[in-house]
Amino acid sequence: MRIVVGHLYPDYLNIYADRGNIAVLAERARVRGHELDVRAIGMHDDVPEVDLFYVGGGQDREQALVAEDLAGKAEVLHAAVADGAAVLAVCGGYQLLGRSYRDLSGAELPGVGLLPLRTVAGKRRMIGDVLLDCAWAGETLAGFENHAGRTSLEAGAEPLGRVVSGFGNDGESGYEGCRAGRVYGTYLHGPLLPRNPWFADRLLMEALAHAGVEVELTPLADELEHAAHTVSAARARARGGR
Amino acid sequence: MRLPIPLALEAAALRSAGALSRIAGRGGGTTLPGKLLWKLDPGAIELLARRLERGSVLVSATNGKTTTSAMVAEILRPSVRVAHNASGANLVSGVASTLLERNGAELGLFEVDEAALPEVVRRVRPRALLLGNLFRDQLDRYGELEIVAARWCEAVASLPETCLVLNGDDPQIGNLARPGALVFGLDDPRQARPALQHAADSTHCVRCGTPYDYAAAYVGHLGDYRCPSCGHARPPLALAARDIELNGLDGAAFTLATPAGDTHVELTLPGLYNVYNALAAAALALALEVPLDGITAGLHRFAAVFGRFERIAVGDRRLLMLLIKNPAGANEAVRTLVEGAAPRVAVVALNDAIADGRDVSWIWDVDFEPLLAGLESLVATGTRAAELALRFAYGGLARERIEVVPSLEQALDRGLELTPAGGELTLLPTYTAMLALRKVVADRGHVANYWVTAP
Repeated sequence: MRIVVGHLYPDYLNIYADRGNIAVLAERARVRGHELDVRAIGMHDDVPEVDLFYVGGGQDREQALVAEDLAGKAEVLHAAVADGAAVLAVCGGYQLLGRSYRDLSGAELPGVGLLPLRTVAGKRRMIGDVLLDCAWAGETLAGFENHAGRTSLEAGAEPLGRVVSGFGNDGESGYEGCRAGRVYGTYLHGPLLPRNPWFADRLLMEALAHAGVEVELTPLADELEHAAHTVSAARARARGGR
Repeated sequence: MRLPIPLALEAAALRSAGALSRIAGRGGGTTLPGKLLWKLDPGAIELLARRLERGSVLVSATNGKTTTSAMVAEILRPSVRVAHNASGANLVSGVASTLLERNGAELGLFEVDEAALPEVVRRVRPRALLLGNLFRDQLDRYGELEIVAARWCEAVASLPETCLVLNGDDPQIGNLARPGALVFGLDDPRQARPALQHAADSTHCVRCGTPYDYAAAYVGHLGDYRCPSCGHARPPLALAARDIELNGLDGAAFTLATPAGDTHVELTLPGLYNVYNALAAAALALALEVPLDGITAGLHRFAAVFGRFERIAVGDRRLLMLLIKNPAGANEAVRTLVEGAAPRVAVVALNDAIADGRDVSWIWDVDFEPLLAGLESLVATGTRAAELALRFAYGGLARERIEVVPSLEQALDRGLELTPAGGELTLLPTYTAMLALRKVVADRGHVANYWVTAP
């Protein structure tokens, strides 16, 4: 089966190893007999029919450069998500999927509004290893965060996980990320998917479902993945960060 | 100017602290005296710097500052007594230690950490400032590139009398050019990359945000750029490297074009990034009024600085060590290796201490893929060995070719075991892994510890 991935603004939002996440999705699809067809969606581009959208992180400057263009794509993105397309947004991309982002000067960048949250830039950067408990999936996520934005979820919004160690959305709430159906946003880069293969497989299954196949993916041995997860989780536990 | 007595006493006491630290085997003792001085009396650094009768020059960049300043030191060696922080201790404390240790120096030559530059500038007030490049590096420590660039901009504005020596090929640095600045860059489109690399950072106009058009992109975002919208472009080059020849791992050569004439330069170091380093060193030396033949002679004498690129004999095998510390630098190390003879066995070491960057995500932004075709065995080592192994596995290296050996010493031995007699083992370590590997090799009697080789 061919899975179409729409990589939004790869030339602007690519600061934290975002292509590592894509490489993991491609390889894990390939060994199960599927093919990942990754298409770059840039400034002023039309949004094609896609099974999984990916939005990475950028520096403030790049983020500001794409925000308006992305907001202009909001309608078609909302339609795609309503149709069952999955979305993974990391760091800056996560912020832009919310309702708005206010930078330090007070200027407000428009958001896509796919996730019920708002972000306000803070002075203090929240940097370090993170470990999340994702009870909804019975799994954990290990990653690294580096953000000055403080993200607040609206009442009733589902976080991606509970913070075991690290700062999370705002350093206070004890939660990190946000999920709404098949739309996931998180500050965890590092990158996220190599050391959290269950999450990569979940995204692939959801993308496959959108492409028209409901399948369970064959489990892989994932020894290196688990070893990397263990080290990363131990870093988070040892360093705390909060 | 003589030191006031209390400062002289302080200096003597602190120098002994460094010697004691070295005797006690606690590393090189390269920054301990400076740290003490910085704590005891921050203003003392200014006094010590003011004693240098020919003033100070600073060298900062994300990549190449150690190599570039070592080249400058070699160029100056016959004519000037230089205080140079050759061991790479490049924070304020390292500069202070060097000032303490080098009694009788005439000129200060300091490589300076990108983030420490504003503070060092404030204390040392350099007569010349060389800015080489800005790449994304350890975002967990330095923050975003734009923040470092903005601080550099302020530091430069605070030095109206200082001679600026700037790499015009980097848009962030070219943008700092002002009348009297000495701007250098490459002028050889044959050496350009077919496309901008993934690790290119400043690819959008620093003034208006439009993507630059590149007539030539050499290393990352370094090249001959022009903004199609507002016209911001690489400033005119006062010094240029032309007719560049890259001879694999054996070296490089180029024509150095300067206002004082053209000359041919041969380097024992390989790769385009070392052409940049040599060109930068030549520009700074020119700003210090070294004659052209003195510059070329110095560059010819120059030998590899520790670890950035060196070969070490270990019994009947050789080690080839290249430091990797950020995507742009690692890409050039990979390119140089592949243009020589791509290694069959490699030990790649990823540590996540503060000096390496606690965030290891940068390995996913390195183009390691050109290495994979020729690679028969990869030993992944260091504190984040498994993460590194994943990088190569998802890059396309078959998992049965990858061994994970977290202990650096055991990984080195495994790599040597996999290397045929008479062969060469390639080591690609991050900073603290490089220091640890060098220590292992030195403890076995193969190479001097780095502070012993520092002049």
